[in-house]
Amino acid sequence: MSEQTPKFKVTIDNITIEVPAGTTILNAAREIGGDVTPPAMCYYSKLEGSGGKCRTCLVEVSKGSEKDPRPMPKLVASCRTTVMDGMEVKNMTSPKVVEARKGVVEMQLLNHPLDCPVCDQAGECHLQDLSYEHGSSTTRTEFERTTFSQEDIGEYIQLHKTRCILCYRCVFAANQLTGKREHGVLMRGDHAEISTFIGKALENEFIGNVIDVCPVGALTDKTFRFKNRVWFTKPVDAHRNCPTCSGKTRLWMRGEEVFRVTARKDKWGEVEEWICNDCRFHKKQASDWVIEGPSKIDRHSVISQNHYQGAVEAQPELVNEIIGKNPKLLFDIHEVSDVNREEIDLSKINGPAHSDNFLANQKAKHERKLKVGRNK
Amino acid sequence: MKLLLENAHIEGIRYYEIYRKHGGYRAAEKALKMAPDEIVEEVKKSGLRGRGGAGFPAGMKWSFLAKPEGVPRHLVCNADESEPGTFKDRYLMEFLPHLLIEGLLISSFALGSNLTFIYIRGEYAWIVDVLEQAIAEAKTNGWLGKNIQGTGFDCEIHVQRGAGAYICGEETALLESLEGKRGNPRIKPPFPAVQGLWLRPTVVNNVETLAAVVPIMNIGGEAYSKIGVGRSTGTKLISACGNINKPGVYEIEMNLSVEEFIYSDEYCSGIPKGKKLKACIPGGSSVPIVPANLLFKTAKGETRYMNYESLSDGGFATGTMMGSGGFIVLDEDQCVVRHTMTLARFYNHESCGQCSPCREGTGWMYKILKNIEYGKGKMSDIDLLWDIQGKIEGNTICPLGDAAAWPVAAAIRHFRDEFEWHVTHPEEAQTRNYGLAHYAEPLSTVTV
Repeated sequence: MSEQTPKFKVTIDNITIEVPAGTTILNAAREIGGDVTPPAMCYYSKLEGSGGKCRTCLVEVSKGSEKDPRPMPKLVASCRTTVMDGMEVKNMTSPKVVEARKGVVEMQLLNHPLDCPVCDQAGECHLQDLSYEHGSSTTRTEFERTTFSQEDIGEYIQLHKTRCILCYRCVFAANQLTGKREHGVLMRGDHAEISTFIGKALENEFIGNVIDVCPVGALTDKTFRFKNRVWFTKPVDAHRNCPTCSGKTRLWMRGEEVFRVTARKDKWGEVEEWICNDCRFHKKQASDWVIEGPSKIDRHSVISQNHYQGAVEAQPELVNEIIGKNPKLLFDIHEVSDVNREEIDLSKINGPAHSDNFLANQKAKHERKLKVGRNK
Repeated sequence: MKLLLENAHIEGIRYYEIYRKHGGYRAAEKALKMAPDEIVEEVKKSGLRGRGGAGFPAGMKWSFLAKPEGVPRHLVCNADESEPGTFKDRYLMEFLPHLLIEGLLISSFALGSNLTFIYIRGEYAWIVDVLEQAIAEAKTNGWLGKNIQGTGFDCEIHVQRGAGAYICGEETALLESLEGKRGNPRIKPPFPAVQGLWLRPTVVNNVETLAAVVPIMNIGGEAYSKIGVGRSTGTKLISACGNINKPGVYEIEMNLSVEEFIYSDEYCSGIPKGKKLKACIPGGSSVPIVPANLLFKTAKGETRYMNYESLSDGGFATGTMMGSGGFIVLDEDQCVVRHTMTLARFYNHESCGQCSPCREGTGWMYKILKNIEYGKGKMSDIDLLWDIQGKIEGNTICPLGDAAAWPVAAAIRHFRDEFEWHVTHPEEAQTRNYGLAHYAEPLSTVTV
């Protein structure tokens, strides 16, 4: 008798994959990767019990399983629904899902202050990415957004309740990482807020990790507050011999200066190893760390731009990549633009390029065509 | 025919002696001699459906209860009756506490629950005293506690007060609250029948459902299933309110027509001052509102009866739901927009704030409705409302999202002209808060 868990075949957006029984739809989709993966704002694979709240990962189950092929009546939260053998899931290919997700994004932004220009999270914010990819470009709300009173929760962490989307990740993190949780969700409905009871400071060796799990700018690093934009700083992996945690971190540097220390995150934006407050808030000298090299950040976001050359591996060839996965960028700009012609080498044009350069070229090409025609 | 409220009029029926004298605890006597599975079988046979709103067959729910070795099971009575318009459980618990206790005892015995809870709405503070007194009486008379009536079965019932949250009427939120946590609904699966209270198999049933187990044991499941019509068996408590002459809790057989229920002297006795009926919400605030022209007759022209199937005939387009039996009647002078706004405010206030569509959407709907009601709305707001409710419905963890979306959807579906009137007549809408949609064909007053 084999002790192995049985493998289930699941088809997500027409791509079939085999995963062990008990895997959630979201994790199966993450194994496929690309646009097949539903976005997740509250689910965090490292935090037990998280997920199901933000509703951005809703998918349509068009076939329940091989045994029971009935479709599920409602859209389901893929982060909390486990796969069945022969299940067929529609994510990007279901208009219902796209529409519902657009609605969810709209709801999440409804009372969000949209203060990205002054938000430290901007550039690595999951809500920014989500609204960019799945939301609409306008808002239909005309009402004053909900505001909360400021609350000071200690010298390291800045809390902005208005930006919070109530994903409960920080609550789970504090519950599971630290000895005792000092904050939670108070009130209910659209007045629910992350808060401490009452006016306490968050003090714990590992509490800094709530900054990393926060998908938005609700919990940010006070030692990094207004110091720099995240996309101007370069991420490098570093480690130190830390007595409390693994000491494996990511430094966000500019020149020799260490602006910020965070945990290392994988491509889903999830922390690989939790780090302690000492590493995060107090070791702000390059000499404190052994620098391993530039970090690879593989995220479709501003945060992965402008990094050291070679830090990001060469992308696989487009043809291989698009098989069912990436429907974006399927045309070549040269084919649709009259200006960016391939035959024009801009480096050979003397001085700045002028429209005549392109016109002349087109004229010549046109004549050439005529000539060919005449010769025939 | 009355099964539950048969003895409700008797003075002092809330005390053990009088309740016992009038045939109380006979069903328990009978049940304790049976095997637990036989009781479950009997309830299954009766076709009793959950009276809390969803109408899920109770016997089926009981048979889903997981029974792993060595793990205690629990029965929880959901007395967190907070739906606007529903007050049937309050009546039942206040006047017939022993009926509920007897039902709980039989059900606990059938399900093997040695620790049973009544989770009661916090606002029902005086009923807690009534129940606790009844529990104490039952205990002194050997119906609760250790070795009940010499059968060797132990059962304790505890009353737990809620803290005033509508969401705690949702079964998983109720269990969270009962465990002492914030009352956020859990994500299903796992269902409470597998992992409920303290991750133990749990059955959560409405007060009326559990009380109905007593008559089922008394007359037998077979006989109970013959009362009523089709799959709507037995009797149902209806709490009628709104513009009717005799508001109150009525026990009906489910083959009663809606028309008779509103106009007959035995029940609501018609609408005060001879006014016309405009609309009705037959199952508590979260079910869709139906206009008068669809209330007595279904879209197919058949008579509509007070039962699960007939009320939901025609789906949400022309029908509604039985819900929890909170029967709200609106006469011709009531404003549907204002009414819908009130409901939207309630759901906005009661949303737990866990999942984003409900948390943000309910507030948004309320604000838009408020604008329309006070003459500040735009025509596009009506379409926006329709769009928002569609984005909430079905996309949330628990049914509160649906419950918030349905009334708004139904109001727009059936009374769009009234919303439009509020937009086109802003001054009048500000000063005059009652309705305007009179029907082309006036509905005749029916005498039964």
